[in-house]
Amino acid sequence: MTAYIIRRLLILPVIMIGVTMLIFAMMQFLGPVERSALYIRDFPKTQGQIDAVIRRYGLDDPFLVQYWHWLVGKEDPETGELLGGILRGDLGFSRTGREPVIDLLKRRLPVTAELALVSMLPIVVIGIWLGMQAALHHNEPIDQGARVFAILGYSFPTFVFGLLVLLIFYAKLNWFPPGRLSTQFSLEVTRPGFENYTRFLTLDALLNLRFDIFMDALRHMVLPVVTLSYLSWALLLKVTRSSMLEALRQDYVTTARAKGLSERVVTNRHVRKNALIPVATIAGSTVASLFNGVVITETIFDIPGLGSAAAAAALSLDVMTMLAYALFTAFLFVSVNLLVDVMYAVLDPRVRLG
Amino acid sequence: MTASTKSVSPATIPLNEQDLQEQRWLERLVGPEWARLIKGVLTNPLSVTGLVIILGFILIAAFAPIIVPPPNATWDTTLIPRDGFGPEPKAPGSEWVRNAPGEIPFWYTPLTGREEWVHLWGTASGQYDIFYGVIWGSRTALMIGGIVVLSSAIIGIFVGSLAGYYGGWVDEILMRVVEVFIAFPFLVGALILASILVPKLGRSIWPASIALIVFGWTGYARLLRGDILATKERDYVQAAQAAGANDFHLILRHILPNAIFPTLVVLSLDMGAIVLSFAALSFLGIGVQEGYTDWGQIVSFARSYIFSLDRYWFIIVYPGLALLLYGLGWNLVGDALRDILDPKLRGKR
Repeated sequence: MTAYIIRRLLILPVIMIGVTMLIFAMMQFLGPVERSALYIRDFPKTQGQIDAVIRRYGLDDPFLVQYWHWLVGKEDPETGELLGGILRGDLGFSRTGREPVIDLLKRRLPVTAELALVSMLPIVVIGIWLGMQAALHHNEPIDQGARVFAILGYSFPTFVFGLLVLLIFYAKLNWFPPGRLSTQFSLEVTRPGFENYTRFLTLDALLNLRFDIFMDALRHMVLPVVTLSYLSWALLLKVTRSSMLEALRQDYVTTARAKGLSERVVTNRHVRKNALIPVATIAGSTVASLFNGVVITETIFDIPGLGSAAAAAALSLDVMTMLAYALFTAFLFVSVNLLVDVMYAVLDPRVRLG
Repeated sequence: MTASTKSVSPATIPLNEQDLQEQRWLERLVGPEWARLIKGVLTNPLSVTGLVIILGFILIAAFAPIIVPPPNATWDTTLIPRDGFGPEPKAPGSEWVRNAPGEIPFWYTPLTGREEWVHLWGTASGQYDIFYGVIWGSRTALMIGGIVVLSSAIIGIFVGSLAGYYGGWVDEILMRVVEVFIAFPFLVGALILASILVPKLGRSIWPASIALIVFGWTGYARLLRGDILATKERDYVQAAQAAGANDFHLILRHILPNAIFPTLVVLSLDMGAIVLSFAALSFLGIGVQEGYTDWGQIVSFARSYIFSLDRYWFIIVYPGLALLLYGLGWNLVGDALRDILDPKLRGKR
């Protein structure tokens, strides 16, 4: 198993080099003017300025030279200052965010992370629990209901679902408003009296002992969390249900029942453990669908996270912000997949041997 | 219980002479595996529902000029006619003054009880007629689904066959390339590439379609590679190889036809999913121009009315329902195909 894990770990840098090259290759579709945002904060206006920028930063150099400069940075020929270089953490300047991309990432990441982490709760609880119940009551009403709910979940486009829940629960009923906080609190959390320990709004509210802010933040999270998680828990429900059904048909389950074990013991001790192994395989696709989902969800619910930043950047061709989001999601996604593979090898001996 | 009785369930044994005849007729025509597939899809109520939905969309797309004719003979039918330029959406049933459809189709007066065209499903801001957009949008959806899924599948099948059949370093390199593309969450990758392509190609269906193909083929390649690895070791393939068949013949005639079935499931699911992704890109404002007959593009008008959606519900509900039904149709068929093809579930239904 160690060999398997080492092999997987060795592939990681290869994939990341490929990912960065693909990102950089996509950038070549753009002219040197747009790409100059790597190094400067304003678009050059006159032809003379454009030429100067191109010469200064080598934007017409061969692909591999530019790629190298993109990775490690490029020295300004006049001042000798080192600019750019994603490995140094310099991701260029975000035009839509009006700040260096790295600052934008740091500020917006906790917002998205909080949303995604809270969304994991209904995904895991509803997805797995309902999937198991559906399998245990095969073809009974709860099974049929769960299946309809699931297939609707992965047929619903996220943006349509999000707008529909806003229409019903905000515009009609006024239960759950969009945004992150009500106006009376949104100023308060930026004032000195409110400490940002974790930058997760709900946790910070609790740590500041402000339960009113905590409740308000929760109330604002309900609709985005439901929208973001529906697709994922629908998929999880489906996988859990079918792998549970398969496990229930195994001979060792029949044996366990024949021994006279109660149905509860059979389920808990023999079925559940084996049924949950395949569920681990879709953990990766769950993370991916969360990354896809936050772009749409944050845009609809007006949440200042990474997803809405990426969507806004794509609209106004703010390349540096987009590429940073791509780089970030790809890196996280590859790491999660690696983790899943390793976990899977630990859980299921058949993978190691195969 | 012997092994042979266990693998054949009662449901797959034809019960009477007529059933037997029917099954043989179908088998002779398309072969046993396809016959089982077709029979399974046509007898499962869920997949029949899916097929009916898909057929409905095909009919709507085919008869769009009869359902809601364009304003005049030279009209570009991919553009929604606009009744003026006012920003305020108009409610369903309001009068259609400018650019109304050129004629009154036969179904219109009996069903609506009106003599003139009205905005049956209201207008979006900019006075784009929603009914026209949703009806003609089914053409866009089927076309996008067809173009993107077929292109991705062809590229994926080609790459997957090469990798699976030749193995070794060919496999190693191709699969690393696939992994690089898979490292991007699908919609994120497509969003970025599409937005970069827009200034190059202009606003049309192409930036988003190309982006969806570039990030969509990898699924097919990976799936098919695995199935080919399993198939190429079978005896009949070895026999054909021993008989002197060349690689091309071997892949195309012996391996692909027997390894392609799991790909069909993904193909069907993708026909729905790709259109939903395309709509999501349109919704974000990447891809087609304003006023294009695309469901996602119509829904995107609702973004300006997040706080008053209850008044302008029709901007979301009609095109949203079209998207949901379209996705549902393909998912129902795809799920049924998967159940039929899953050997673990065979005979256990």
